[in-house]
Amino acid sequence: MKVLVAVKRVIDYNVKIRVKADKTGVETANVKMSMNPFDEIAVEEAIRMKEKGKATEVIAFSAGPAQCQETIRTALAMGADRGVHVLSDAELQPLAVAKLMKAVVDKEQPGLVIVGKQAIDDDSNQTGQMLAALLGWSQGTFANKLEIGEGVAVKREVDGGLENVMLKLPAVITTDLRLNEPRYASLPNIMKAKKKPIEQLTSEALGVDVAPRLKTLKVEEPPTRKAGIKVKTVAELVEKLKNEAGVI
Amino acid sequence: MSVLVVAAHDGKTVRANVANAVAAATQIGGDVHVLVAGSGAGDAAKEAAAIAGVAKVLQAEDAAYANWMAEDVAALVVKLAPGYGHIVMAADNVGKNLMPRVAALLDVAQVSEAIQIVSPDTFVRPIYAGNAMATVQSTDKIKVVTVRPTNFKAAAGGGSAAIEQIGGAGSAGLSNYVGAEISKSERPELTSAKIVVSGGRGLASGENFKMLETLADKLGAGLGASRAAVDAGYVPNDYQVGQTGKVVAPDLYIAIGISGAIQHLAGMKDSKTIVAINKDEEAPIFQVADYGIVGDLFQIVPELTAAIEKK
Repeated sequence: MKVLVAVKRVIDYNVKIRVKADKTGVETANVKMSMNPFDEIAVEEAIRMKEKGKATEVIAFSAGPAQCQETIRTALAMGADRGVHVLSDAELQPLAVAKLMKAVVDKEQPGLVIVGKQAIDDDSNQTGQMLAALLGWSQGTFANKLEIGEGVAVKREVDGGLENVMLKLPAVITTDLRLNEPRYASLPNIMKAKKKPIEQLTSEALGVDVAPRLKTLKVEEPPTRKAGIKVKTVAELVEKLKNEAGVI
Repeated sequence: MSVLVVAAHDGKTVRANVANAVAAATQIGGDVHVLVAGSGAGDAAKEAAAIAGVAKVLQAEDAAYANWMAEDVAALVVKLAPGYGHIVMAADNVGKNLMPRVAALLDVAQVSEAIQIVSPDTFVRPIYAGNAMATVQSTDKIKVVTVRPTNFKAAAGGGSAAIEQIGGAGSAGLSNYVGAEISKSERPELTSAKIVVSGGRGLASGENFKMLETLADKLGAGLGASRAAVDAGYVPNDYQVGQTGKVVAPDLYIAIGISGAIQHLAGMKDSKTIVAINKDEEAPIFQVADYGIVGDLFQIVPELTAAIEKK
């Protein structure tokens, strides 16, 4: 069974983002970019499946500008076998990415697709569910644990705890934080990854309309909260909470 | 055009956040209908009908909806969608699982976690873990929107909408519910608690969380944790407050041994009053706290617990 994983190039999670002065978006020039952390978990899970003999090949997919190849290379260095890159300089929203992925799935016929539950830039939490819908596949979102057998048993993180579901294969899985701890690529594997193939496609060649459906009118700084005061004693804190804030 | 609010429920009661979603729908304008899909969900439907502002409840009974599998419920929502201009649901785990599937089947975008309705087609939503706010306008005919419940004051009760029985759409047979491992707790649910006591890595062990439990019980508070504390295995995942966990906005949030990573702040900075207890006076949590105490939490927390007991 082939496994397809999606990797998104995002501003590194350690970077403190800055909103552009003209309110058109967030500053990305000269900012460190990395693989979306939830996608690293997806790549790790797919590689572990291959190591356990549950997967035959791991394909890493990304869509976006030329630099996305670096993100795919990272996945290849972790252990993915080959890459597919849909080159696009346009803004790609979740529905468009799901459609591009569907076109690649139709071609590659994987038995399982694993994606991060959300990207830490737009925080949409949509692409996996949308892809499952377009393919007519089952979906195992916010996965905490996966077990592949006849189908795939998924332990999902839900509001009150965990939920177990059994999905028919093929399926789309979205990863939550505790599914695994992604490995670091070793230097020899980084070197080896340079030789692994990355196929480049375009949305036009795949026949997918990627026009954005949501227009971003403006992006602003969030309202800031003013720091309050430091109190010296617990008695003072309780007094303030009672008489000033009136919350206890 | 009317607005369809999809209600998550457990058969007997609808989730508290349905009243918040109805409030958001009311702001959009038009008749508000609530869909209660389930198996034996009559009581939940009655409860939905009592939310102020609801014009009609659609109750869809089908064994396939008993456990809210997205594959099956999405097909039902899509069937109903042509009659509506908006489909709205609270952005909890059920809504996040279901609504993108609905949107893709309708070939429309989803607006995720709206925190403000600017106009019927324009919404404000947080991006980058709440470090920026995007105002987005939907160009789609049907707008699929999840709303962050804490940003919309819950609609009141006292309504008496009609309940209309509609048929189910059956099961697609793609997925089966096996069971749940739900944390049992006498404490109020995190997202609806008036007071939340939350612990971080500073607690140093799961055993030490007992101390917070005692404080939480005195205050009648919900108990939360930072991602660091969950990752360290001190408490289960459903305790997590933050951008990728739960978003809370209680009257009082007490952050104990939490440094205040951006990720965590995104999940609690809309709280009315924030208290921080941390030994590191440079901890970022103090930048959002109304009241801070710098010191050893193992000394301060028992002292605070005792002080509250005395009241």
